[in-house]
Amino acid sequence: MAIIERPAPNVIVPALPAGAPAITPTRTFGALKRPVASTGWKSWLFTVDHKKLGLMYGAVAMFFFIVGGLEAVLIRLQLAAPEGKVLNADLYNQMFTMHATTMVFLFVMPMAAGFANYFVPLQIGARDVAFPRINAFGFWCLLAGGIVVNLAWFLGGAADGGWFMYAPNSGPVFSPSRGVDFWTLGLQIAGIASLTGAINLIVTVLNMRAPGMTLMKMPVFTWLITVVQFLLLFAIPVITVALFLLTFQRSFGAQFFDVAAGADPLLWQHLFWIFGHPEVYVLILPSFGIVSEVLPVFSRKPLFGYPFVVFSGAAIGFVGWGVWAHHMFASGLGPVSVAVFSVATMAIAVPTGVKIINWTLTMWGGKLVFSTAMKFSVGLIVLFTIGGLSGVTHSVAPSDTQQTDTYYIVAHFHYVLFGGAIFGLFSGFYYWWPKMFGKMLNERLGSWNFWFMVIGMNMTFGPMHILGLQGQPRRMYQWTEARAGEGFFNIAFWNLVASIGSLVLTFGILLFLINIVVTARSKVRAPLDPWNARSLEWMTSSPPKEHNFDSIPHVHHLDEFFHRKYEEDPVTHTMREVATAEQVLAELERNADTHIHMPSPSYWPLVLATGLPIVALGILYSIPVAIVGGLVILYAIYGWSLEPSVAVDSDYEGPSSNGHAVGATHG
Amino acid sequence: MAETATHDAHATSTGLSNVKLGMWLFLGSECLLFGGLISTYMLYRGRVSDGPTPEQIYDIPFTSVSSFVLLMSSLTMVLAVSAAQKRDDRGTNLWLTVTALLGATFVGGQVYEFTAFYNEGLGFTTSLFGSSFYTLTGFHGVHVTVGIIMLLAFVAINKRSRVPGSKSEAVEMIGLYWHFVDIVWIIIFTLVYLIPV
Repeated sequence: MAIIERPAPNVIVPALPAGAPAITPTRTFGALKRPVASTGWKSWLFTVDHKKLGLMYGAVAMFFFIVGGLEAVLIRLQLAAPEGKVLNADLYNQMFTMHATTMVFLFVMPMAAGFANYFVPLQIGARDVAFPRINAFGFWCLLAGGIVVNLAWFLGGAADGGWFMYAPNSGPVFSPSRGVDFWTLGLQIAGIASLTGAINLIVTVLNMRAPGMTLMKMPVFTWLITVVQFLLLFAIPVITVALFLLTFQRSFGAQFFDVAAGADPLLWQHLFWIFGHPEVYVLILPSFGIVSEVLPVFSRKPLFGYPFVVFSGAAIGFVGWGVWAHHMFASGLGPVSVAVFSVATMAIAVPTGVKIINWTLTMWGGKLVFSTAMKFSVGLIVLFTIGGLSGVTHSVAPSDTQQTDTYYIVAHFHYVLFGGAIFGLFSGFYYWWPKMFGKMLNERLGSWNFWFMVIGMNMTFGPMHILGLQGQPRRMYQWTEARAGEGFFNIAFWNLVASIGSLVLTFGILLFLINIVVTARSKVRAPLDPWNARSLEWMTSSPPKEHNFDSIPHVHHLDEFFHRKYEEDPVTHTMREVATAEQVLAELERNADTHIHMPSPSYWPLVLATGLPIVALGILYSIPVAIVGGLVILYAIYGWSLEPSVAVDSDYEGPSSNGHAVGATHG
Repeated sequence: MAETATHDAHATSTGLSNVKLGMWLFLGSECLLFGGLISTYMLYRGRVSDGPTPEQIYDIPFTSVSSFVLLMSSLTMVLAVSAAQKRDDRGTNLWLTVTALLGATFVGGQVYEFTAFYNEGLGFTTSLFGSSFYTLTGFHGVHVTVGIIMLLAFVAINKRSRVPGSKSEAVEMIGLYWHFVDIVWIIIFTLVYLIPV
């Protein structure tokens, strides 16, 4: 579906206009005819629609969340009792490596990318992203990368060097299986998704905002996603270099990390953490954005100090580049470096603290509605603050030297990543589910989901503070009864508590999956504006039409949708409702554009992305296969560059157009 | 690239077309890629556990000439962009082909240089210097090669009049990439060849 002919105005049209023209591709581009299916599996496989791609990102991320979660449960079962026998040492190494890799690269990042894909164009009043085909290409790269990384499980063992894969430990001597090779090549491919996604979303946000939407009228979610994309834009190439060096070392005998030849073991650490620290803000800022959307809606108040939230987000983006070496305090950097990075790390707590205060004051005096989305957001504020405080203790270098490589660190980053990033994403699920699927997630199940997750998460990760301060090291596959200690602080008790907690947590997440099924089976449609929301993504049908908006709204306010529904009473200075959501939508419908150009589906993103894992496997097993993959890539680029991203009208049988092309995008 | 590319260029919030803004962002990202590779080389250039040292094998006059050829290709690229903006198809194709030939001369020089170094005992696996030298200059060479393919592909498509979207913008985008790759070479040439270890 690429050109939408709309029937006469004043007729409310369902999700897709019934009077769409018959589509027959009359020209061939490259070698394949343009795909035209608008329903069925083909419409998903070749889609360039940002909403479909957003859902596909979400589905893949959810799958990997379950995989990564099961890996975590195996780790906790192994550590529940002394001399655990669930996993052997080798398998345990693979398990914690792949747990972290999966959760970071294949769950939190793509889930945030899914939300960004779906909601950024809607929030800025655009009809799609700037480069729809590149968007599709990014999704397929992510999927290909995730498959390649996990393929190693079946081909001789997964990567086993920890998610930061410190070289020379990850060299062929200490990690002889192919796991690390699959890991480097898979992440390289997944990195393409992040890089192209970053370029795409930045251009979209900078270039395609609805008329009147200045940068300081953009919703906070879109703002923080933009900051994240800038972080990715500059961080991904650094990990790309590191991954290439490691691949060249392992596959082609280069010496980059060969200490015997004089290599510097800190090279990898620097390259990795220059990527890795901005990466942690890549993980948390999308959730901060979601919370900044959810809290005002359920507090019935505008966000407190909008500019402060925006600028503190940007400040995190800048300062985030100057703190990477706090991951390396124990590596002997020298006192000056340690002092500088220590102070910078303390400083970055300030903009984060600003956000916490803004959220709290948004709730202050508000008419609070404790929906499940709101519960998860409040949960984030509390749990992230706990994780943030333990983070500040790491910034003090002498203290960090004690804590390095203990469970105290594990406790810290699970409070900020689980209690922060993942709670934010869950808040987003409950808040945006009616928008994405037209049905509300069950609030009762949602409440159970929330409480099991909060209790499970605190039971699992809270005791790890104690375990760490008692000296239990990370990444040890067993602990012994003899060294467990005695009394309140004995690690045997707290390890058991943490393991039971992980099962509680698993049950909480299972409730979410059950909730999805229950909701999908329910026949009850969500109301148009179930939460009395404030931003543009709610100013369209649920789920949104393919072209998002019947007419592109003109924006006059931050929280435009709210200001169309409510006006300030000049006498009492209170807000009173002047229009319902349905009336606002009907107004847009009356001024609907009649001839809308949408980007057309394409085979090439999928074909191009298929070439990449073929090249990766070829590098590992047989160079001729890599050449075949290279040819697939060349063929795809050839077809891609000859194909206009918006089909020309002659591609379609149907009414010839004399209308005005609106919302056409490049790609 | 849409048929309405020029129309859209006026409709964007920044006034820059999507493609141009995207290309600038991509080049910004590429700076960090070469930054990482150059840092690795600078760290390792003096670490020669085996095989020749940089001073022993660099042939500065030869590399200066090939660098000059690459820089001149930026000039012909500018002429191509200028011809494309004047809708001069013949001129565009001519200058793009010349640019590609100059780029190919540079890559040919690099192949010759690599062969010569290899024969003098500097392999990819010989020393840290060798690994990081070949990786850095190899990445640059691949970038130039990709540029040559883009130039020649554009000429081939243009001759069959099948360029989708705005021609002058497509040429300008290839030009941005090409100039960027040239500028990176100026930095590499200075840091790698001219500054003694």
